[in-house]
Amino acid sequence: MIAAPLHIAGERLMLCPSGALLWPAQRLLAVADLHLEKGSHHAARGRMLPPYDTRETLSRLAQTLRRHAPGRVVLLGDSFHDAAAVQRMAAEDAAMLFRLLGALDVTWVLGNHDPVLPKGLPGQAMESLTLGPITFRHIGGAPLARYNEAEVSGHFHPKASLETRAGAISRPCFLADPRRVVLPAFGAFTGGLDVRDPALAAFAPRGGRVFLLGRDRLYSAPVGPNRMSAI
Amino acid sequence: MRTLPERFQNWFAARGWQPRPHQLAMLAAARDGVSALLIAPTGGGKTLAGFLPSLVELAENPFEGLHTLYISPLKALAVDIARNLMAPVDEMGLPISIETRTGDTPANRRARQREKPPNILLTTPESLTLLLSLADADTMFATLRCVVLDEIHALAGTKRGDQLFLALSRLTSLAPLARHVGLSATVAHPEALRAHVSRHANAQDVRLIAVAGGAAPEITIQLPAGRLPWGGHMGLASAPEIYRSIAASGVTIVFVNTRAQAELVFAALWKLNEDSLPIALHHGSLTVEQRRKVEAAMAAGRLRGVVATASLDLGIDWGAVDQVVQVGAPKGVSRLLQRVGRANHRMDEPSRAMLVPANRFEVIECMASIEAVAAGKQDGEAPRPGGLDVLAQHILAMACHAPFHPDALFAEIRRAAPYAALTRRDFDDTLRFVEDGGYALRSYERFAKLFRDAEGLVHIRGPVVARQLRMNLGTIIETPLVKVRMRGGPYLGEVEEWFISTLRAGDNFLFAGQVLRFEAMEANAAIVSRGGEGEPRVPAYAGSRMPLTTYLAAEVRAILHDQSRWPALPEEVREWLALQALRSVLPAPDELLVEVFPRAEKFFLVAYCFEGRLAHQTLGMLITKRMEKLGYGPLGYVGTDYVLAVWSAFEPTNVHPLFEEDILGEELEEWINESSMLRRTFRNIATIAGLLEKHHPGQEKSGRAMTVNADLIYDVLRRHEPDHVLLRATRAEAAAGLTDIGRIATLLARVRQNIRHIRLDRVSPLAVPALIEEGREWVAGGAEDALLAEAAALVHDATDGAEMFSESLAVVSEDPAPRPRRDTPRPPRRNRFIRAAPKAARR
Repeated sequence: MIAAPLHIAGERLMLCPSGALLWPAQRLLAVADLHLEKGSHHAARGRMLPPYDTRETLSRLAQTLRRHAPGRVVLLGDSFHDAAAVQRMAAEDAAMLFRLLGALDVTWVLGNHDPVLPKGLPGQAMESLTLGPITFRHIGGAPLARYNEAEVSGHFHPKASLETRAGAISRPCFLADPRRVVLPAFGAFTGGLDVRDPALAAFAPRGGRVFLLGRDRLYSAPVGPNRMSAI
Repeated sequence: MRTLPERFQNWFAARGWQPRPHQLAMLAAARDGVSALLIAPTGGGKTLAGFLPSLVELAENPFEGLHTLYISPLKALAVDIARNLMAPVDEMGLPISIETRTGDTPANRRARQREKPPNILLTTPESLTLLLSLADADTMFATLRCVVLDEIHALAGTKRGDQLFLALSRLTSLAPLARHVGLSATVAHPEALRAHVSRHANAQDVRLIAVAGGAAPEITIQLPAGRLPWGGHMGLASAPEIYRSIAASGVTIVFVNTRAQAELVFAALWKLNEDSLPIALHHGSLTVEQRRKVEAAMAAGRLRGVVATASLDLGIDWGAVDQVVQVGAPKGVSRLLQRVGRANHRMDEPSRAMLVPANRFEVIECMASIEAVAAGKQDGEAPRPGGLDVLAQHILAMACHAPFHPDALFAEIRRAAPYAALTRRDFDDTLRFVEDGGYALRSYERFAKLFRDAEGLVHIRGPVVARQLRMNLGTIIETPLVKVRMRGGPYLGEVEEWFISTLRAGDNFLFAGQVLRFEAMEANAAIVSRGGEGEPRVPAYAGSRMPLTTYLAAEVRAILHDQSRWPALPEEVREWLALQALRSVLPAPDELLVEVFPRAEKFFLVAYCFEGRLAHQTLGMLITKRMEKLGYGPLGYVGTDYVLAVWSAFEPTNVHPLFEEDILGEELEEWINESSMLRRTFRNIATIAGLLEKHHPGQEKSGRAMTVNADLIYDVLRRHEPDHVLLRATRAEAAAGLTDIGRIATLLARVRQNIRHIRLDRVSPLAVPALIEEGREWVAGGAEDALLAEAAALVHDATDGAEMFSESLAVVSEDPAPRPRRDTPRPPRRNRFIRAAPKAARR
């Protein structure tokens, strides 16, 4: 796995092909939109999706944590698919969650799916977290106040497609401009929203770059202001 | 043979008709109380033959409740048949009530139909399953005496057929007295159809009433003036000949093989249409109203020609059609016959048809089909076993009707022919899937849709489950479609979403018979305006091409090798074959000819398998995997209906290992695991089985986070439970249909010791059509990452690795943000890149 460096607000961040963002100077790792227990959420409504999504997502998280060994983890919201997600979680999955995060400094940024954090989880919950020039929040895109302020957010599940000689290939991606990064969704059952969608117009309004997630590396391409030029 | 009651005889006589022998035979079968399968060519009065016994019975003994249920594959057909049936009933003054019930039937009439059913109800497989899922289905169907299944050949072996025959097995339980009557066009497998009609999946129960074809059809081949094309499938070179032939006849149906071809042929004909002949277009993506209009115009004799796809294959008599033109090869003998039968719906006069091959191979195929028609051959595959996804839907529907015992339901389902060989394990796993997903990790038991009571009966958990089933019922899965609407005007039809996503404002495309200019997406519809300049694109639809039948493939191969049959071929084709004999050899019937030649710094391997496009595409994937292992560096391949061509960096010196039967082992398994075809199959299966929400056309997409991506589910399920019943169903379906594994296996076994490897110094004449074929597959098909790396590197080179951060420029210079230019397709943006400036400036 080769991570790609990205500089915003004078800070050096690393984008990881797993979909996680690293801030080496802070030993910080951020992931967005885990949507834990999305499978069982649907099962309770009659769509019996495979019950393995939480396990899959957590084992991906475990791998990422093992590789980068951060001291601090920021979960960028929508970590749980709904308020009752923790109650539905299988005992072994819940145990795994505690084992993974128990020894770390964990920040749960609140999202629209989990506006209130379930009780008893390791770490602290907050609407947003600001460290130096960078603010971590669930939904980004609002005007940034200070000149040197930057933002890391989730929520939109961005994906992009790259034209190849065998047709377009679509993947989840990071979407970055000089002041903002939107993270791809980390959860196993989370689909994507094309970066050309109007909902993402607030990001990279004057052009930016997408980083498509690959097996071992990221594939990057510039995006134009109208999102049509290169991808 | 007993004759008709007097009232009916008079009715026939008044119209100058005679009851046909098969109509009387159907009457006799009814009096003997046995089920029957009527096989007759189009125009044989088949539908009336199916209904006559019921009309006679109802005329003799007025009846309370539902007597006869008629099921048609097409909604429109059910409505038309009902109208046609009203004529004799009204004219004879029979006390018979006739109604239709489809998705379009208003709710109040549906409610009334359940309270007081008509004597004859005409419906579709979906509506029938829906009726059977209702709690009062047993009272509604208890009086049933007869079930008429129309166009059964078009349903058997499809998912809609699976659904229909499952419903039929339930009807047999609810109405043990009801006879089944199947109506079919002539087919290659009448025994299989008999079993489908039977109440116990037993062909012997069903009396076969076959009508010999009337006069033999007159079929000719029409070649384009000038040079005969080497490749291509559209047949546009022959447009002048097609136009002349329309002008010279009364009414012509021009059948084509794909919707894209329909648009192109239609446009080509109108370019030539100086006399403004009324020529219309008919295909499945046009709006229903548009299609009905064309059909009505045709029935009223207001049209001279209609360009149509399979959308006109079924349906009632379209009035006096004088000739059928088939553009492009027919791909199957039975299919051709059914299309040809559309011309002249009177059995005793010959139908006239003209075949318009688009390329040289198609000329041979057309000739082979004409010979096969003359010899009275039929082809096509026997219906495949039923799918577990449809079974899952059926099980839930049955549970919605009333609690059932699994043993009893299993026995009932095995009475449906597609499920006669269903194993108890598959049944139990499917039942468990319906219950709670059937996962090894049993965490969903508390959400189960079904529960078992103390006596072992299976109940549904609540009315929500039934509502969900009804929303999701049916087996037709639409690819995501986008409506096309004229600005300030009507809807024109629908095209696939992905096609629209490749368009930019201002692009032209050909649809609904006109050149349209794409303007914008608005509220789930593509807004277009008329006209526009430049070459228009044509929307293509995934999986719309029919594969070549095994029979016809073998015939083409036989003609190639047997020079005594060549004189019937046009001179250009004969010369082409003679040139092949000179430069290389002609493929023999029992060997596999494999040519290898260098061209453009690559090596080409062309295998003359004649197994159809699907089989060739699968084989291409398998062979390139093997070539990779052998170090030949395969680069790509293309499969046509006739040959497979693979190109590689190094010469494949030893071709025998490429065609060993063991490529169906490891390579197949590997391929299946990464194939995108399997993902598509899974998506459909998961939707039919009720795992995923059915996409309702026109419905707004629900929130992004709520939609569930089938690909992600597929990946997770494959990782955690590879033997899950839905994955088994996916693999089974892919093996049977999409990949044609069976045909590959037969081929490999047949040619085991008979591979003829010929090394040439240049391309052979027979190989040319394949090398100019569209739709090439790249070897990297599974290795998406390699393609992405390549594309990313290309973008990087083209942009010098610059970031796209034009904002930094604005910060320095206060320039307005650059506006995109709309008219140029891919504007060169190099001048706007600021190479590495942002990073350096900010440090």
